[in-house]
Amino acid sequence: MSLIRVDDVSFGYTADRRILDGVSLDIAAGDTIGLVGESGSGKTTLLRLLLGLERPNAGSISFDGAPLEPGNGPFMRQFRRQAQVVFQDPYSSLDPRQRVFSIIAEPLRSLRIAGDHAVAVASALAAVGLDPDTAKRYPHQFSGGQRQRIAIARAIVAKPRLLLADEAVSALDLTTRVRIVELLAELSKDMSLLFVSHDIGVVAALCQRIVILEHGRIVEQGETANVLAAPQHSYTQRLLASVPRLTLKET
Amino acid sequence: MSLLRVDSLSVQTSDTVLVSNLSFSLAPGERLGLIGESGSGKSLTALAMTGLLPRQLDASGSVLLAGEEVIGGSDRQLNTLRGTAVAMVFQEPLTALDPLMRVGKQIAEPAARRAKRDGTPIMGGALDATVIDLLLEVALPDPQRIAQAYPHELSGGQRQRVAIAMALACKPDLLIADEPTTALDVTTQAEILGLLDGLVRKRDMALLFISHDLPVVANTVERVVVLRRGETVETGLVADVFAQPRHDYTRSLLQAARSFDDALGGKR
Repeated sequence: MSLIRVDDVSFGYTADRRILDGVSLDIAAGDTIGLVGESGSGKTTLLRLLLGLERPNAGSISFDGAPLEPGNGPFMRQFRRQAQVVFQDPYSSLDPRQRVFSIIAEPLRSLRIAGDHAVAVASALAAVGLDPDTAKRYPHQFSGGQRQRIAIARAIVAKPRLLLADEAVSALDLTTRVRIVELLAELSKDMSLLFVSHDIGVVAALCQRIVILEHGRIVEQGETANVLAAPQHSYTQRLLASVPRLTLKET
Repeated sequence: MSLLRVDSLSVQTSDTVLVSNLSFSLAPGERLGLIGESGSGKSLTALAMTGLLPRQLDASGSVLLAGEEVIGGSDRQLNTLRGTAVAMVFQEPLTALDPLMRVGKQIAEPAARRAKRDGTPIMGGALDATVIDLLLEVALPDPQRIAQAYPHELSGGQRQRVAIAMALACKPDLLIADEPTTALDVTTQAEILGLLDGLVRKRDMALLFISHDLPVVANTVERVVVLRRGETVETGLVADVFAQPRHDYTRSLLQAARSFDDALGGKR
């Protein structure tokens, strides 16, 4: 059964400009899906709709078979426990005045999750490969990659079933990026992952399914290996042809 | 003879060395890549080479550009070098362009300055025609309209083309491009890289290309210098360095890049 079902969703901030147009998408338990598009394709907007931060103008989004209702407090609290997000910039997404423990424990507090928060935080830190001592320190004491691990620990502390990542490795250096992709691959064994990115190489390395978004429409989706080997849509073909490759050009 | 000779260049604050003992040279028409991750000192090197370092930073060693010493040079002397011997294109065209000035005027300024220095000043209609030619050279459609536009009215790719046109207006012997496509979409990146490649060949400019993106560098330059925390790790022909890296750090960078490249499958 689908964890999230997006059915023919359209959205625009103003009536005359559609940002998403007839988007349908299914995320099942265990899926790792890469949502790929360039600037203005609507990928971040789609993520905002999935998080219940915006409502579709047309079409519907359901979670676990029930419609996503941003106005329904108890439902949304339940939903947030199941679906957590990691953002692009590890420098702006962590509160500089809070210790790491308090940052990671935040979902447990705001979702009023009972139990020993210290244990949950320690296990989240271990899952993202950070030292237990990390909890006592402040975000500024960490590198970009470590901060992104902290953000991921916060996202998984409530044991969600779906992790949404918005360009979560785009701001990181290459070698750090590889390690965070490995971490996300490891975590995706226990939860579904929707990985939003402009970087088709990272998506190819991480995601088993790929969805290509252009100007608010899904132009192609399928198994990543199949789409990469034989892209059907002209936009996908152009996108793939534009990616610079390591193989040297003959000159 | 080299167009650019960097010899034991170091950049430091009062207590930290940011670039250490860097040496390389660039012949006319040659294309060299400076690669490294954040904090490797690649952008500081470019700023030091053009005398644009912030005042708090101190450069030592020697940078000979078109036969003139940049380190310790006076503003007057450096201003002459910048905009004749060397021009730069930066990562973010929106901050590199003046938001309050029409694009055509921003290109006209360096073009007029260069012509005046050459002893053949141009103005009025001739200057306008030069601007249009430059906009055409960077393959902007409808150059008359673009010349009248403000930067915010253009797309990111168009703005970067304008920034390149401004650099070309200087008729530089050396073009320094600091992450010129990092802020752009991948399809736009491919267009801008193709444009830069064609322009550098056509005008026989030397290119110093600064980037963290190995596949981009592989397709743009002939030689590379790999930097890490301000130190030179490895230099050589890009084909050799990428095929047989000698240093562990270069190897780890290539391995990382290859993991994403391989995932994309066997495109040639």
